[in-house]
Amino acid sequence: MGQLPNLNEFMRISRRILAGLATASLAVTVTSCGGGSDTSGSFDDTVTVGILHSLSGTMAISESTLVDTEKMAIAEINAAGGVTVGGKSYKIEYIVEDGASDWPTFAEKSKKLIDQDGVPVVFGGWTSASRKAMLPVYESKDAFLYYPIQYEAQECSNNIFYTGASPNQQSEPATDFMYKRSPAAGKPFFLVGSDYVFPRTSNTITKEQLKSLGGKVVGEDYLPLGNTEVAPIISKIKKALAPSGGGVIINTLNGDQNVAFFKQIQDAGITPSNGYYVMNYSIAEEEISTIGPEFLEGHYGAWNYMMSIDTPESKKFAADFKALYGSDRVVADPQESAYNMVYLWKQAVEDAGTFENSAVREALVGQTFDAPQGPVEVMPNHHLAQTVRIGLIKPEGGFEILEETDGVVYPQAWNQFEPSSKGYACDWTDPSKGERYKL
Amino acid sequence: MLLDSLFNGVAIGSVLLVAALGLAIVFGLMGVINLAHGELMMLGAYTTYVTQLIFKLPILKPYYNAYVIVSIFFAFIVSGVVGILLEKTVIRKLYGSPLETLLATWGVSLILQQFVRSVPLAYGTGLIISLIIGLFLPTVFSSKVKESINFKYVKFSSWIFAALAGVLSGNLISSSVSKLSRASARNVDVTAPAWMRGQVEILGTAFPKTRLMIIIITLISVIAITLFLNQSAWGMRIRAVTQNREMSDCLGISTEKVDVLTFGIGSGLAGVAGVAVSLLGSVGPNVGGNYIVGCFMVVVLGGVGNLLGTIFASFGIGIMTDLIGAGRLLSIWPDMPLPLSNTINFFATTSMARVMIFALIVIFLQFKPTGLFPQKGRMVES
Repeated sequence: MGQLPNLNEFMRISRRILAGLATASLAVTVTSCGGGSDTSGSFDDTVTVGILHSLSGTMAISESTLVDTEKMAIAEINAAGGVTVGGKSYKIEYIVEDGASDWPTFAEKSKKLIDQDGVPVVFGGWTSASRKAMLPVYESKDAFLYYPIQYEAQECSNNIFYTGASPNQQSEPATDFMYKRSPAAGKPFFLVGSDYVFPRTSNTITKEQLKSLGGKVVGEDYLPLGNTEVAPIISKIKKALAPSGGGVIINTLNGDQNVAFFKQIQDAGITPSNGYYVMNYSIAEEEISTIGPEFLEGHYGAWNYMMSIDTPESKKFAADFKALYGSDRVVADPQESAYNMVYLWKQAVEDAGTFENSAVREALVGQTFDAPQGPVEVMPNHHLAQTVRIGLIKPEGGFEILEETDGVVYPQAWNQFEPSSKGYACDWTDPSKGERYKL
Repeated sequence: MLLDSLFNGVAIGSVLLVAALGLAIVFGLMGVINLAHGELMMLGAYTTYVTQLIFKLPILKPYYNAYVIVSIFFAFIVSGVVGILLEKTVIRKLYGSPLETLLATWGVSLILQQFVRSVPLAYGTGLIISLIIGLFLPTVFSSKVKESINFKYVKFSSWIFAALAGVLSGNLISSSVSKLSRASARNVDVTAPAWMRGQVEILGTAFPKTRLMIIIITLISVIAITLFLNQSAWGMRIRAVTQNREMSDCLGISTEKVDVLTFGIGSGLAGVAGVAVSLLGSVGPNVGGNYIVGCFMVVVLGGVGNLLGTIFASFGIGIMTDLIGAGRLLSIWPDMPLPLSNTINFFATTSMARVMIFALIVIFLQFKPTGLFPQKGRMVES
């Protein structure tokens, strides 16, 4: 019993020490947070940008690679002297937020980045659902989102820059290829996708396009996100395509659902050797290596950038990425797109001479950049003019480029096959035209 | 055609059944609402992945083809041990309070998900190995040692030994299998060995081999668990405790031991389900969450506390999913009247089929709230 007071004393002291330590560390954190003017090296100041992708959940497999690439682009820019605005050089710093594959979280984190962190620009998003959730936030706050993924278009926001392909830069040339020049040319089509906005809109466009080409869609089905039971879809594909001895499957499944799909269709004999060819819009080099090329061999993909492009820019991009993150890593179209957008933003800010939104927006249109895929240009509809390529998936992974457009394809924000948007376009440089005007 | 449809139904159903079997025991027999059941499946799936990589090592390479079968045992043990730990630390204190159990196990499921995201799999494996050794080493000593006063020291030293073994094996794995040495939130992939890929032809219809394998795994699990419950002494004790806990206690059955055993077996079966699931899709932290709703659906529809009901319910749901989702009715009866065929076409997508199945189950439970095969006889609780 006599020892108890001692123990209490000891507890009291140690608690005081602990409290002291906690306050001290808190103070350190506060100063390091508030110290925005604290610059290192030869920079005059820093600018903090936001990066917002899913680092957990079903989309993490894809989106984490974009964070890696954006960090690489930022590091490259910093190494080359940072961003020069108004005669002052700025070091780019970033805050990474996790969208957690949950669309409302994307909107919430966007608000946080804009309001609390005061970032001038956010690089982020992958799924269209996440972009649709973020869009009202950026429009109401007149902030900026750079979105790097090929998508279904039918949207043209003044506050979003879309550096991925619009349908006429990916799915339309791909459908054309599959219908006219693939081994399954002239055969019927079956459309499979995850159940959300991109696959549904993209497939509507494909159906309209096939109608005008004279092709036939014999079925379509959508897998609810998170569901991996594809047995009913497989029996439908067999029933629909077997009578014509195979055919084309357009695949817009997302994330890890592709793994389940390709594992199971191969087991069910839906393979290129049996006359079934899958054209993929969401499978790039990264996904090929995670799904396993043995499941994808002989199927197709359509992208603006493919790692197998044989130019010095492309090789340097791939080599730099491997040097930074390991030789087993690959680069793919979405990463290239993410890489481009950081550089395009930097160029626009430097041209505008300010980080202020409306000036940057004006300066961005017309920017050109020698991207790994070749030259790209920002068009008045906030999309990118870029080259389109069709590739065959090789047994060892990666694409063999079969076709490549002659020069850039100009983006259409409003699709010209889809009846509701036919004859419309978008132009933000002309106040009388704006989001949607009749051609 | 009919054979194809039946097979598809059975295939979908057997995935549901193998996933729900463990829950049928934990929820059905013990009445524990275990929301971490899906995560125990996930651990089983990751065990398959780790086993696969270990079998790619040069020493084990010749036996690579057998890794799936080995991983079934590993997964059973891993998930079972985690389940036992869960029972001993969390659930034991919460018997009889379903709401608290629900919240606590949900919390555990989040912890387990984050665990596989942020801890490198090699060290996770080391931790599990030390848990297994720590829990089982004291049981191998003779009863004489167990009854001695110094047994707590024996226990303590065996835990130290277990921790050492865990650290060593964790380091060994992380140094020999580089893929396991880094933590990653990204999904990983289990590739079936060559003999399990492709399809076999029976009576002119082709069946995917992985699906057949899953059906076989399910069948063996069901038979084994039925035999265990109905033929063995411990099975009898489990059934006795389920029916009347106090009376069994009075008759000298250690209900504590029975609880641990039952929960461990239920969890172990979740691990086996994880192996099956890993053959179909990719393995990630969220893989279990995709199945948990289906599992509860099956157990409730089948009638709580009844294995037979669970079997019927999962095959019933499987066959219905295939009939509705693939639009089979149209090919069975091609010239049905237009309005009817339009309705069937409308529901013949995967999303709508799910809606339809849920609606049918809700309607069914309106008329038979206790499920297909309700527990007969007088229960203590009722």
